[in-house]
Amino acid sequence: MIVRISGEGQFKLPDEDADRLNELDNRAVSAVEQGDETGFKELWSQMLEIVASDGNAISADELVESDVILPPRDISFDEAKGEFSGDGLIPD
Amino acid sequence: MPGLAGRMSTVVKAKISRMLDKSEDPGETLDYGYQKQTELLQNVKKGIADVVTSKKRLQMQSSKLEQQVVKLDTQARQALSQGREDLARTALERKTLAQTELQSLDQQVKELEAQQEQLVANEQRLRQKIEQFRTKKEVIKAQYSAAEAQVRISEAANGVGEEMADLGLAMQRAEDKTETMRARASAVEELEQAGAFDDITALGSGGDDIDRQLSELTSGAQVDDELEKMKAELGSGGGDSPALEQGKENA
Repeated sequence: MIVRISGEGQFKLPDEDADRLNELDNRAVSAVEQGDETGFKELWSQMLEIVASDGNAISADELVESDVILPPRDISFDEAKGEFSGDGLIPD
Repeated sequence: MPGLAGRMSTVVKAKISRMLDKSEDPGETLDYGYQKQTELLQNVKKGIADVVTSKKRLQMQSSKLEQQVVKLDTQARQALSQGREDLARTALERKTLAQTELQSLDQQVKELEAQQEQLVANEQRLRQKIEQFRTKKEVIKAQYSAAEAQVRISEAANGVGEEMADLGLAMQRAEDKTETMRARASAVEELEQAGAFDDITALGSGGDDIDRQLSELTSGAQVDDELEKMKAELGSGGGDSPALEQGKENA
């Protein structure tokens, strides 16, 4: 699967990571809904960690669409309220 | 894709596919797409220049304040050595305020710098993608039938479109941030114009009002501490002290 971190570019991840990301995404949505900023930050850094450890950067001259677009790394909790709602970043 | 960047790239994609539907000549669509991409690249350059301008303005304010901090500190010492604790206190209050503003300005300059770096990296990435698109479009024009070309164009255009949308988002964020900082910079300028950071030799008849506001703005405890420290230093140092400078060389 191809994941973009907004502002940083695209990464190729093994397809198995989709489930892990999706689970974290769903938990992040409920953390945001409950106003749990600390919980959200923790889940968000876990999501970024998956991309950092499993992802291979896609070369800038490759023209491919992403399967998932993650918001900017430094997303604020306020901004997260708009992003992590409903199905979250990854539709179930 | 419901993400913010996702929503934006959907908008771009919709535009491209509308264009593809309307156009009978894929070559034309490709050229148009390429033209739009290079236009956006120009906007990005402007956006980066804006960030740099904001940063420079903050840096100028910051270095001005730094000079005032040094000057006010010197004046506080001089006033104290002449037994003018009231003047020393005024100078220290101003110094404290200037230092607080300085810290916040420096923090903002750092944030803008990070943003600038990110935008520059994004711009380079987009430039490469656009270059790739240019190469691809010639290949598509030369090698594919109209129907096949449509599919290839969609792929290539969506790839670039996503990158453009993402950069658009990064620019929007940078713009929002510089907007906040501009407001902040104006607030510091207002304080400056009101004389909040003037050195004490520039104290005029209107000084009382500024000083009343100043004592409210600054932490009394910090000023007291610093005053005591300064007294101790002067006491142990002894010797002749220079007279309090007169004149308004900096006004």
